[in-house]
Amino acid sequence: MKEELITSGRMNPYIDPHLNIWHWQIPLYLFLGGLAAGILFFAALYTIQGKADKYPTAVKIAPLITPFALVLGLIALFLDLKHKLYFWQLYTTLRLESPMSWGAWTLMVVTPLSFVWSALNIRQIFPNWDWRYSWVKNIEAFFRKNIITLSWILLIFSLILGVYTGILFSAFNARPLWNTSILGPLFLASGLSAGAAAIVLISKNHFERKQMAKIDLIIIGVELFLIIHMFMGFLASTQVQIDAASLFLGGPYTTPFWLFVVTLGMVVPAVLEILELNGYRMPRWLAPVLILFGSLMLRFIIAYAGQESRWLY
Amino acid sequence: MRYAMAIDTKKCVGCSDCVVACQTENNVPIGYCRDWIVEVTDGTYPQLEIELRSERCNHCENAPCVRCCPTGASHYEDGGAVLVTPDKCIGCGACITSCPYDARYSHPDGYVDKCTFCLDNRVKKGEDPACVSVCPTKCMYFGDLDDLNSDVSQVLKKRKWKTLIPEAGTKPHVYYLI
Repeated sequence: MKEELITSGRMNPYIDPHLNIWHWQIPLYLFLGGLAAGILFFAALYTIQGKADKYPTAVKIAPLITPFALVLGLIALFLDLKHKLYFWQLYTTLRLESPMSWGAWTLMVVTPLSFVWSALNIRQIFPNWDWRYSWVKNIEAFFRKNIITLSWILLIFSLILGVYTGILFSAFNARPLWNTSILGPLFLASGLSAGAAAIVLISKNHFERKQMAKIDLIIIGVELFLIIHMFMGFLASTQVQIDAASLFLGGPYTTPFWLFVVTLGMVVPAVLEILELNGYRMPRWLAPVLILFGSLMLRFIIAYAGQESRWLY
Repeated sequence: MRYAMAIDTKKCVGCSDCVVACQTENNVPIGYCRDWIVEVTDGTYPQLEIELRSERCNHCENAPCVRCCPTGASHYEDGGAVLVTPDKCIGCGACITSCPYDARYSHPDGYVDKCTFCLDNRVKKGEDPACVSVCPTKCMYFGDLDDLNSDVSQVLKKRKWKTLIPEAGTKPHVYYLI
């Protein structure tokens, strides 16, 4: 029998026997960032299209979640840092080569915008809200006057945020599973899908629910297409990427991925939504909750499996 | 100036002296290492071949760790050595993830640590890195690739060599004589 045995004397914590440096904080943040990106994208899109009245939840109510999602995500990111007191070094430079750097700056743009957007819509929750000071009212009036410009900025930066959650991984050629440019669009689609699901979950408007469910169906179709292409790409690539794909095709991540992400997170909610759109009565929360769950699991599984995929030499 | 190291896999006996010398010289925390021994067994019994390699950061010319560092803590020093500035490092782990050789680790104090070629503590004083100077079989060579008379240039001219995972596009500066 041909032998190939590699024995290493290295046993560094978090590095050996395989990389294990990123834990729950990163995938949780990627999920929350993607979710916020998805919600803000639809809010900005419908505002630009002048459809705010048709999609009241998407434009005015769902975005109220996003400051919480983004701040929670930022806290998770902060918890992940191992040299925490130096976190401010992130904002002393902008390095376009480093996804982590421009991603941090994107968050620095999107998070305040999510607060502004929520502040503009706070009367949806507290109808008698009063800003008290005239200078705050002036700021509010300024943003209301320039709502279309604000929407365009938000639209662009929400897309960057959504893509960034995937590019963060795909920029590492040391981890063959992540090293595919499909991951950017896949995570963007997953974030948009989660955003649409959150809107369906909250909305009480029948027309809006129906439209968002249809959009979600299309995005799920795109996600399945991207996943199939990702694996086709892996299997047609070099041995390291064939090995990476095998983590999901018979390897330890096969069941979690195909059961939680693809079946429960995409196929089942898609079927439920098709049935619902055709008049069958379903528990209204079930499909969107499954989509959100699938989106979260996609991040967790890709984050952990990627760290197990490597070059052997 | 381009610092490089050549390591003779035919002379290396895998004694780990280089590992201990590095840990001592650089105060590497207990349980961690900046260099390590890899033993690769290849072939069909009884025709087996063993290759012993003392591995460390490859101080790549196209270093993915420098590219992905969000703060510039990971950087190229004069002579092409790849170093980390602890006070700029936020401990995000991007560089650790980006290294195909897994040569970096998270220091217990929070910042990322790795082989420095002993640049500040030895090389700038005209000494060889600790691992090179201590090797009992003298299997390691260190020097400047731009100086054609340096030990490392000479041995790379005479012997066959390889680098690790050249297909990762990193252009390593640690060469293995085969």
